[in-house]
Amino acid sequence: MAAADYHQASLPDLLPLYYRRLFPFSQYHRWLNYGGVTKNYFQNREFSFTLKDDIYVRYQSFSTQNELEKEMQKMNPYKIDIGAVYSHRPNQHNTVKSGSFQALEKELVFDIDMTDYDDVRSCCSGADICPKCWTLMTIAIRILDRALRDDFGFQHCLWVYSGRRGVHCWVCDEAARKLSVAARSAVAEYLSLVKGGEETVRKVVLSDPIHPFVMESLTVVERYFSQYALLGQDILGSKEAVDKVLALLPEDVRKKLLQYFQTEKNPETRWDILKSMAQDKRTTAKKGHYFEMEIMLQYCYPRLDVNVSKGVNHLLKSPFSVHPKTGRISVPIDLRELDCFDPFDVPTISLICEELDQPKTEEEQEDTMENENKKEAGERRKMRDYKRTSLAKYVKLFDQFLEGMAHSRKGELLKNSDLQKDF
Amino acid sequence: MQFYSRRKKLIGNAQTEQLYGHCLQFYGQPPIENISLSEFETFAVDRLKLLKTVENLGVSYVKTSDQYTKKLDAEFSNLNFPYKIEADDRKPQTGPSEYEKRRKDHISHFILRLAYCQTEDLRRWFIQQEIDLFRYRFNDLGSKNIREFLQYNNLHYHTISIDEKRNLMDKLINSSFAVSGSTVDCQDFYKVPFQDALDLVRTRKVYLKGGYVYIPHQDIVTIVLNDFRTRLSKALALTARSLPAVQSDERLQPLLNHLSHAYVGQDYSIQKSIGKISLEQIDPLSAKSYPLCMRQLHRGLRDSHHLRHGGRMQYGLFLKGIGLTLDQALQFWRSEFVKGKVDADKFDKAYAYSIRHMFGKEGKRTDYTPYSCMKVILSNPPSQGDQHGCPFRHSDPELLKQKLQSYKVSPSGISQILELVKGMHYQLACQKYFELMHSIEDSGFSLNHPNQYFMESQKLLGGPGAGVKVEVKREDNPATKPPNPSPHQTPGPGNLPQEVAAEITEDLDSFFQDA
Ligand code: SF4
Ligand SMILES: [Zn+2]
Repeated sequence: MAAADYHQASLPDLLPLYYRRLFPFSQYHRWLNYGGVTKNYFQNREFSFTLKDDIYVRYQSFSTQNELEKEMQKMNPYKIDIGAVYSHRPNQHNTVKSGSFQALEKELVFDIDMTDYDDVRSCCSGADICPKCWTLMTIAIRILDRALRDDFGFQHCLWVYSGRRGVHCWVCDEAARKLSVAARSAVAEYLSLVKGGEETVRKVVLSDPIHPFVMESLTVVERYFSQYALLGQDILGSKEAVDKVLALLPEDVRKKLLQYFQTEKNPETRWDILKSMAQDKRTTAKKGHYFEMEIMLQYCYPRLDVNVSKGVNHLLKSPFSVHPKTGRISVPIDLRELDCFDPFDVPTISLICEELDQPKTEEEQEDTMENENKKEAGERRKMRDYKRTSLAKYVKLFDQFLEGMAHSRKGELLKNSDLQKDF
Repeated sequence: MQFYSRRKKLIGNAQTEQLYGHCLQFYGQPPIENISLSEFETFAVDRLKLLKTVENLGVSYVKTSDQYTKKLDAEFSNLNFPYKIEADDRKPQTGPSEYEKRRKDHISHFILRLAYCQTEDLRRWFIQQEIDLFRYRFNDLGSKNIREFLQYNNLHYHTISIDEKRNLMDKLINSSFAVSGSTVDCQDFYKVPFQDALDLVRTRKVYLKGGYVYIPHQDIVTIVLNDFRTRLSKALALTARSLPAVQSDERLQPLLNHLSHAYVGQDYSIQKSIGKISLEQIDPLSAKSYPLCMRQLHRGLRDSHHLRHGGRMQYGLFLKGIGLTLDQALQFWRSEFVKGKVDADKFDKAYAYSIRHMFGKEGKRTDYTPYSCMKVILSNPPSQGDQHGCPFRHSDPELLKQKLQSYKVSPSGISQILELVKGMHYQLACQKYFELMHSIEDSGFSLNHPNQYFMESQKLLGGPGAGVKVEVKREDNPATKPPNPSPHQTPGPGNLPQEVAAEITEDLDSFFQDA
């Protein structure tokens, strides 16, 4: 499809069109306004823009949706980041007494980036991704989404494709937005199993008792492990790959396995041998040996950037921002169809801009003619514009997410008023 | 002082019961009596000593280990703080009575609140030490006393029903060491929001479901501590608001200031050696005088021409601490980064800001201080691609061994170091490394800061980085103070004339009105 071809050079020409006719401002504002429950929640939110030539402007803030819209259409940011809700309007942060300008709330966010898996994927490295390693993101989302919901009790987790090589999660529940820095870091650490940098070989260490959370996570990994790791990444294929796995095992097991592997070449059988040796070891030794689980986790478990999740004032790339390098829109991911999500299918800005030029359907034509009221027609045209592009299904998904939150808010209100009646 | 000894006679068991019903306090009410300035100072200094001990032990020992407890036990009885549960007033004893000890515990805590509410840093330090202290004492209580403590302080936490317990049986057992199949039934489980037990959540030592944690009775200390922390930090914030009143009190002000300065020790942010080191000297210095953590970062930077954020912060502040000027620092980082993937333009846009920030020239203008070992070891552990952290803490022992070998550390030296690492004495391991690198028997200092390592090394080698003011023995370090004056000695707090001191009494509670 030639239309999808994106060239970085065309970005300055496409952005005005995108912000004028396609960017879902009303949903965007509805999201960050959170039902208007807390005063100035939208107004005190920090946005930051990356403009042409990497010029970075922080502490932007807007009083209304209209103002945001106007400003974005004027500045045409290459990239949009969202920051915290502050005690004062961020664009006036210089005028308030120092120390009193403080980040108060923000969604709990997670950032998972494929480059952090470089030591365990053989298909690509650095910023590159392919359908093979994308499975890692699928696993990451499955594991974290389950834990955020079942363990932490959050309901409104928005998963977003970053536009290039990773995914973001925005946990939008009120309780999540109010978490302290200490609580955020505790959550992030609870969710981190892979530890250590370049200087650590064995990055996952399990000991008795195995926490239910680890068990649940393993259940997820198990579903993908054979297909992804054994066949896809061939982690028990080449000598080099085998050595890397064996380095994670106790000395005696390593030796025995090397022997077996001389005659046994099939990766799945090799894995079965390794697994049964772990089970044997567990029945004989008094201290737990969980090395097969450790390997599975080291190769597949999500690697979080804890620092991103920790800070209340940390900025994260906004949904529906464009990725300047790939031109892809940062779109919400539908968890009901997670296994089919293909990052290379995500529309680029060039594609959706081109789609706008395609002739309108009859129905749309009629609509425009009928409606004489100019202002309203303008509004409605924009509403419909994105609907004519491949962006439509993602905006719809976003709408559903917002509906879900509105629904919860209503529930809260009802509960509170019921409580009052009781007194 | 007359006043003091006269009252002592009147106090019996009844009063202990009434005022201080439990040996462990939650410090809910400020003291209401008047106390003399000299007592004020003695109490404060003693508690500070105690908190310093808590801090020091916390770095060298595991907080629940026997050694930790033993050493703290000793310090408790040394400084006459209430210690162990069943101290019996009726028993003939020398030294202060149980009532006096509890009173001292109470009053000294509140005095330090005054001294330590002033800034965010002070508050954080104070809360941390008080919490560790409280944990140690709470863990010592035994179940009967815990129940009494909870009751006395009106602390009620929600327990789950037997049915719920049975349903969650497996999960509960697999979530905590403290639980086994046979103990689940007879054990209470508390169900609280996960935000109230962050330490257990962080380490995955508790069962978590739907935003709630299920805490076995053994771990109740976590909830109580959290409660304690919340109350204390709220109280400190309130006290800070009434601070202007304290600050305008010219008798208290110098005393409090002096107290609050005593904790930090050297922070290595203001350097006498500033500008004395040239960029050419860095490579040789890194081999001779850098602690391992910095040597690793320096090597990493030279090899890959890049460091990730954590590494830039840790190393950048260290460099500032050894005396690099802002211009030197910018030059240093730029020249290395441009050899890698970053061009000069990108550097100026993306990195120069944060370096100026480190020197307090941008943003909030906070003057960042170089990281201490404790900070390096405990906070922000390195993850994928990171090279920061403390190699003694964050490297695989095997790799650490290789690294030490490559630095020509002797096999016996290496095994000594690895032994210390195994016992989690990272700083002691580092100190051993220091001794081996400098071929000395005993380094004669106790290591708690990478810049201290550097400075001590330069002192030994007579290098340019040695010109740092040494403040180890400053007179406001409570540990070096002479023993406390006994109540019968003439008091001599500060430089106040004696008769004034005898006369002054302070309504302590007036400073805690809102608390
Ligand atoms: S103990 Fe301190 S100085 Fe030594 S390597 Fe670790 S952090 Fe660095
Ligand atoms: Zn790939």
